[in-house]
Amino acid sequence: MKAKSAAAPYAVWMTIFIVVPMVLVVIFAFTDKSGSFTLKNIAEVGQYSNVFLRSIWLGAVATAISLLLGYPLAQIISHISPRRQSVMIMLVMLPMWMNFLLRTYAWMTLLEDNGIINNLLASFGLGRLHLINTQGAVVLGMVYNYIPYMILPIYSVLTKIDSSVVEAAQDLGANRVQVFSKVIFPMSMPGVISGITMVFVPAVSTFIISKMLGGGANLMIGDLIDMQFLGSAYNPNLGSAISLVLMVLILICMGIMHQFDDGENSGGGIMV
Amino acid sequence: MENTPIISLENIAVSFDGEVVLKDFNLSIRNGEFVTLLGASGCGKTTTLRIIGGFVKQDTGDVFFNGKKINDLPPHKREVNTIFQKYALFPHLNVYDNVAFGMRVHGKSESQIKTTVNEMLSMVNLNGFAHRNVNLLSGGQQQRVAIARALANEPKVLLLDEPLGALDLKLRKDMQVELKKIQQQTGITFVFVTHDQEEALSMSDTVVVMDKGEIQQIGTPQDIYNEPRNAFVADFIGESNILDGVMHEDYLVEFARHPFKCVDKGFQANEPVDVVIRPEDIDVVEPDTSHLSGTVTSVNFKGVHYEIIVDVNGFKWMIQSTDYQEVGNRIGLSLQPDDIHIMHKSEYSGMFGDYSTFSDEMDEDSQNGGKEAEIYE
Repeated sequence: MKAKSAAAPYAVWMTIFIVVPMVLVVIFAFTDKSGSFTLKNIAEVGQYSNVFLRSIWLGAVATAISLLLGYPLAQIISHISPRRQSVMIMLVMLPMWMNFLLRTYAWMTLLEDNGIINNLLASFGLGRLHLINTQGAVVLGMVYNYIPYMILPIYSVLTKIDSSVVEAAQDLGANRVQVFSKVIFPMSMPGVISGITMVFVPAVSTFIISKMLGGGANLMIGDLIDMQFLGSAYNPNLGSAISLVLMVLILICMGIMHQFDDGENSGGGIMV
Repeated sequence: MENTPIISLENIAVSFDGEVVLKDFNLSIRNGEFVTLLGASGCGKTTTLRIIGGFVKQDTGDVFFNGKKINDLPPHKREVNTIFQKYALFPHLNVYDNVAFGMRVHGKSESQIKTTVNEMLSMVNLNGFAHRNVNLLSGGQQQRVAIARALANEPKVLLLDEPLGALDLKLRKDMQVELKKIQQQTGITFVFVTHDQEEALSMSDTVVVMDKGEIQQIGTPQDIYNEPRNAFVADFIGESNILDGVMHEDYLVEFARHPFKCVDKGFQANEPVDVVIRPEDIDVVEPDTSHLSGTVTSVNFKGVHYEIIVDVNGFKWMIQSTDYQEVGNRIGLSLQPDDIHIMHKSEYSGMFGDYSTFSDEMDEDSQNGGKEAEIYE
């Protein structure tokens, strides 16, 4: 009874700020400007399928790169002395203390055609590169901003793996590669799943990064939604429909991800 | 008899952070033997096991396996398997896959794996458990999975690191019998680490008593019990009355102010010695018919026998007898020559063997393996 009443404020909070907005999004998605039911908005989303594909593709690439870079780092950190571990974790999180916009602006000045990198290249007599307003720049921005969310959950799962389990695998004849592929990696799956979730979801729906580093040519779903609510193409109904479709697509992607987890998620993973 | 030992450790020394764990350690283990490393925690027994397993690298000295030096061989290439203290089962695999792990790593065929896994599971009485989640098994069942997993690899030597420590008394006794049976069936060399002297005596072919990183005595359980080499061994294995004595000549020793005939020889004339008398060897007689007599100061009922503490001229003896004695009674103690065991003096002389400070609490502690608390704290 006590636990129930203690949970009440949270339940109220969640109802007001999560459930109600979700319901509103659904209502907006299925109504027109006059408020009557329509499927037109959902049907219109179809014409933006290339934007959806690009967003999911760029998000997936950024997630894959974050995993490939973040996992080894998480593993290295989990093996050093506890004091150095906390320093390293602080360094991983340090960029997050700075404003997200500022960080992305910084990348703009680095990547611009007359930016720091190109000026540096030119001063060495090397040719200038077109860096900004490319898909590569968007992926770079995503990886840079979201990689801590990959490293942290993987790190926290890795530190919980009992060293005697690793020894048992070695004892039974597993070499380093086998210890990793048969014991450490499968046991770290909950962390990997939450890392992927926490990078992929914001990466797919970002709009700042694509706007600032991708230019007009690399429009993403986030930009599209942004335009429907705050931009020139003001149409909250269509914006809601796009959001709804995006939500469903992400849920499907996560559902597929969780298939790999075998349902043996022993805590530590974040459910979507 | 002159076979090369399956494992031999020569002049091994290890220290961690400047603290000596093993010093000049020599041990050879014959093929098919059940060897127990016995000692209180911190005596270096687990380190010895980990050196054999390849998890700890000795500072100096050599490890031989079947006559071949394996100092630099990593654990996964050694033909030994370990049963870890906390089992270390793979939590992401079920019972079957845990047992199959070693064979899969070695690239055995799935049909062969299936046969062996089923064979192993029935050996440890876990038929029908193949697809259970290991995290939901009881301690005893997890223990059996760990045994099956190690044996499925067909090791030449099985290393067991206090495998029964976490089990309750009844289960521990059952597993002792079962492990001994498995060892005899498979003929695999077992190196067993424990701090429980009873476990060591009842299971082993050879017991290695260790303290402070050194071997105190190696021998059969009977040797260790009947012929302890020093006061540490005498005290650690069972109960002992340990007295100061002087060896006058062969077969004649003086202690408790009286000369006694004994069966030991080879000491120097008038050499100071430690005399060990096991409590169960002492016969209670009328006080005036014996050289030793004293007052009963306490009596404890232990089920099979009474534990009687007798004050003889200030030294408190322990006697185990099936006959009850009244506290305050004067009784005589009678000893036969073969009840008396003589040991050279050692660094442990005078530390053990007088029951003046004896209490029930300490007795219980030592039953529960809290012996280290008694010695080190």
